[in-house]
Amino acid sequence: MKARVTVTLKNGVLDPQGKAIEGALGTLGFAGVGSVRQGKVFDVELNGTDQAKAEADLKAMCEKLLANTVIENYSVDFA
Amino acid sequence: MKSAVVLLPGLNRDRDMIAALTKVSGQAPKTVWQTETELPDVDLIVIPGGFSFGDYLRCGAIAARMPVMRAVADAAKRGVMVMGVCNGFQILLEAGLLPGALMRNSSLQFVCREVKLQVANANTAFTRAYAPNEVIRCPVAHHDGNFFADPDTLARLEGEGRVAFRYAEDTNPNGSLNDIAGILNEDGNVLGLMPHPENLIEAAHGGSDGRGIFESALRVAA
Repeated sequence: MKARVTVTLKNGVLDPQGKAIEGALGTLGFAGVGSVRQGKVFDVELNGTDQAKAEADLKAMCEKLLANTVIENYSVDFA
Repeated sequence: MKSAVVLLPGLNRDRDMIAALTKVSGQAPKTVWQTETELPDVDLIVIPGGFSFGDYLRCGAIAARMPVMRAVADAAKRGVMVMGVCNGFQILLEAGLLPGALMRNSSLQFVCREVKLQVANANTAFTRAYAPNEVIRCPVAHHDGNFFADPDTLARLEGEGRVAFRYAEDTNPNGSLNDIAGILNEDGNVLGLMPHPENLIEAAHGGSDGRGIFESALRVAA
């Protein structure tokens, strides 16, 4: 089973890296970029076929390691 | 004072910390490898700075999940003093021993310079050798020292006197909220600090302003 975990910064948390990317896009001539927020993607392969269990496991992985829930949100999608 | 220094792959300030602890306390600290599940009986445990696990995932994130950190958490619960400096501070936050997070510096630059620190609370296990509001010099060297916490957490830290050190005289090097450089846990026995006091403890360093932190702990242990 393949899952994709997406980790993004919470609203209200400053993202200096996103800001720098936003600036660079402007420099390249891309007009109309409102804002950029940088996040992370994890592609996780899991053994087994029980999607409910996999979802629970992935949620625990996010809470315990993949995301820092002080500053980040996460979401899980299955391929 | 009996002390221990936690060793993790990628830390690089461990020798400086060992030297500082040895010089100030007169006793060499024990060293504890990341896989240890029990700590020696000590008064102070220090997690030094560096780049544990290459800062992979998030600074301190992998280190915080190593077995030794469970032992550190247990010791902290028992009241043993714990200090994390720089990457050590990031590790304590990731391990949940302190609240908040350290984000990328607002300048996006690695900063390596001297800053001024105000002793925001001189009535703690780590600051009692200083005068209230005393301003000291201290070196910093980091890329992710921008302290962040949600408004409630921040208000609690401020209200409970748990901000131990603040960047002073417009020297905030990283954009930290409220100029926060170091914070304490609820019980006051765990300190996380971004600057490097271990690098300013004797004349050869150009000053000894950082010595007070170690001397404070020494007084508590005595």
